[in-house]
Amino acid sequence: MKVAVLRFPGTNCEFDTEYAFKKLGHDVAIVWHNDTALPDGIDLVVVPGGFSYGDYLRSGSIARFAPVMKAVSQYANNGGKVLGICNGFQILTEAGLLPGALKRNTNLHFISKYQHLRVTNTDNAFLNKFQAGDILYVPIAHADGNYYIDDAGLKELKANGQILLQYVDSDGNIDSINGSVEAIAGICNKEKNVFGLMPHPERAIEDILGSDDGINMLQGFVS
Amino acid sequence: MKAIVNVYLKQGVLDPQGKAAHHALESLGFHSIEDVRIGKQIVIKLGNMSKEEAITKVKEMSETLLANTVIEDYDIEIVQ
Repeated sequence: MKVAVLRFPGTNCEFDTEYAFKKLGHDVAIVWHNDTALPDGIDLVVVPGGFSYGDYLRSGSIARFAPVMKAVSQYANNGGKVLGICNGFQILTEAGLLPGALKRNTNLHFISKYQHLRVTNTDNAFLNKFQAGDILYVPIAHADGNYYIDDAGLKELKANGQILLQYVDSDGNIDSINGSVEAIAGICNKEKNVFGLMPHPERAIEDILGSDDGINMLQGFVS
Repeated sequence: MKAIVNVYLKQGVLDPQGKAAHHALESLGFHSIEDVRIGKQIVIKLGNMSKEEAITKVKEMSETLLANTVIEDYDIEIVQ
């Protein structure tokens, strides 16, 4: 499989993401934000974490107008798979490729810690190797992870099985640590080819790091 | 000519910063506050154009970039 990992000024998770996909045996190309095309023959685009353009104005609001994003939108609209992690999730919502928006955490803190997540829907290319209700343990690190969507949008997410992951405590009880609607940590679009999540699977790829749940998540993309 | 764009979270969308400032003001003894909302102000210096043209342009800027209309509202003021 060939993976394109985008890189904007201020991106800082591109090499972790590259490492994780290489560990899974994939070819990885890091793509500069000024490029107007994606490499040929790719199977997945990853918009990695970081602080693109210093999070100025709103997280992701400037990056979404970078030249490469036009190619990403086209790729996604043609059914190509796109995964946004943390800042990447923010960029994809700003770009309108995913519904809703990410606001400042309710407690106004930058939250950086390992977090339990519950797998909510598995009928998608990302989490199909898991069972609904599985609990994962993956780091989060964000100030703007407070997922917002209006009631009509939330109904649609639920009806289409678009909620991927929810924040839970260690006993598996819903725990909206950052104020997210329904403790949502990750979603996909209706067509189930664009995925976004605040947690960092690429940071949980070896036991020695505290968990290898993340590598199992990324493995989902391997068909 | 200058355009002043005020961007703030929509009513009904919880504003955590506004809430924190509200609590802080109350603990300082400022009571009878009903609500505090925190937004941002963007000041744009414009070249020569009519007021109508300025409003149209700045509205487009706001919808495209300055505000995320999923969660934010904005208003525009044109000053000479």
